Amino acid sequence: MRETVYDKIFKPKTYTLSNGKEVKQRASRAPFILLIVLFVTVVSGEVTGVDLSMLRTRGHQFIVILTAMFPPNFNFMNNVWGPLFDTIQMSLLGSIAGALLAIPFALLSSSNIIRNRLLNGFFKLFLSILRTLPTLISALIATFIFGLGTMAGTVAIFLFTLSYIGKLMYEHIENVDMGAFEAHESMGLSKVEAFRYAIVPDVLPTYLSVSLYAFEGNIRFAAILGYVGAGGVGLLLDERLGWRDYPSVGMVLLILMLVVFVIERISEYFRMKLT
Amino acid sequence: MNKAVAQQLEKAPNRKVYLSTIAIILTALIIWSFMGVNITGFDQRGTQIATNIFSGLFSPDLEFLFDFTSGGGVPGLLFETIAIAFLGTVFGSFLAIPISFLMSPSIVSRPVAFVTRLVVIFIRTIPSLVYGLMFIRVTGPGPYAGVLTMSLTSIGMISRLYVDVIENLDRGVLEAMTSMGCTTYQKVRYGILPQLFSSFLSVTIYRYDMNLRDATILGLVGAGGIGAPLIFAMRSYRWSEVGSILIGLVVLILAVEIFSNKLRERLVNG
Repeated sequence: MRETVYDKIFKPKTYTLSNGKEVKQRASRAPFILLIVLFVTVVSGEVTGVDLSMLRTRGHQFIVILTAMFPPNFNFMNNVWGPLFDTIQMSLLGSIAGALLAIPFALLSSSNIIRNRLLNGFFKLFLSILRTLPTLISALIATFIFGLGTMAGTVAIFLFTLSYIGKLMYEHIENVDMGAFEAHESMGLSKVEAFRYAIVPDVLPTYLSVSLYAFEGNIRFAAILGYVGAGGVGLLLDERLGWRDYPSVGMVLLILMLVVFVIERISEYFRMKLT
Repeated sequence: MNKAVAQQLEKAPNRKVYLSTIAIILTALIIWSFMGVNITGFDQRGTQIATNIFSGLFSPDLEFLFDFTSGGGVPGLLFETIAIAFLGTVFGSFLAIPISFLMSPSIVSRPVAFVTRLVVIFIRTIPSLVYGLMFIRVTGPGPYAGVLTMSLTSIGMISRLYVDVIENLDRGVLEAMTSMGCTTYQKVRYGILPQLFSSFLSVTIYRYDMNLRDATILGLVGAGGIGAPLIFAMRSYRWSEVGSILIGLVVLILAVEIFSNKLRERLVNG
């Protein structure tokens, strides 16, 4: 047993077994970890000004908007469809484009396909950095570059999808059993053919299911992109919230919920089929 | 071709119709989505702004980036974002524990589990920014609203992952303990908690990673964090400031991600 600093301060418990052997049990780290968590919680509470009594005294304010949303304004339904379809189209196009471009990126990042550590490292770093940018912030940047509208949202979703699928795929490709690939090569197939028959069948189901999953999540993201002017149903949400027209907001949310639910069910069905 | 091989090939299910139907639907969807999104290249102004952002990234406002006094500089803002995400995750994961038990069909009856699931889906679909606005009514603008928003929005995912952990509990351990004559308390303490604890912690750390990302956008509605200064800087075209905020953000999120991956690996592997 390796003794760390912690073990030197809090001595491990020693048991003597019936055969005379000594066994040491490390002192539990849980109290130590709990202390740290407690400390960080208190500090964070100080920084953010958390005041639990405020929840009791003013908590009902939270319900005010929620109750104002019911009953939803059903007359508003006709105004929702246009932006909603914008949202779906945005996330569909962004997801497909991102998923397609993710293939070369994933291949370039996997060390067992492209044997060039510099190239692998570069693309991996690129994907990581891309992934750190929250979608809403890349959408914000995109609205400055492409102007307000659905294009900016599509670009933001495209970038996120690229980084997300790219990362998951290179992780998967790197763990593929290369034995089949080598076997195909030894039978006289070219590298491309071996790739087609050994790697692709292994990777394809994961790729499709990850893409579907990304699309599913993107619809959710796309719904709020309108907040920064990147088109879609978020624009409507922002506008109605600004006017305090809460019944209409309720309608938008209700339809959004239904659409997200239906799309999730469809995508879940296909993902179950794939695996 | 060898007859046996040919026969075997014929036995393979014919999926041409199925696959081509999917291909047609997909193509139609792609064309439809192209119609909806008005593709605009970037005009001169866009190119100008893109170059500005890049030059901002490479010549960040160093004074702003390394201003360690409380509040004003990038480190202070990042610290606030970290705190919001941390508290949100802690509250959210505590709230998720009872919900996840109510959601797992092996503990409560099926209808109860189903209803709880519906409620959680309902909570999850409302965008975090809407919650942000609701909580601002409660607490006034500021990081506290962000904390409450984070707690509520993280419940959905955390409880779903918790349920997976609960459903996958190794029941053999419990049976063994029953056969040894352990009391219920002992079974919970030594049979269930050790199994749940590390997995729950791992889920929570993973969610923290995501919350940190989400906490950056709450600033949009005035719920604290680094989002608001970023937007102000962009709207007033102070690109070097934008550059320093983005650099700080990317470094922080990358660092937290690497750290949390290490931690989770250790948790899972014991």
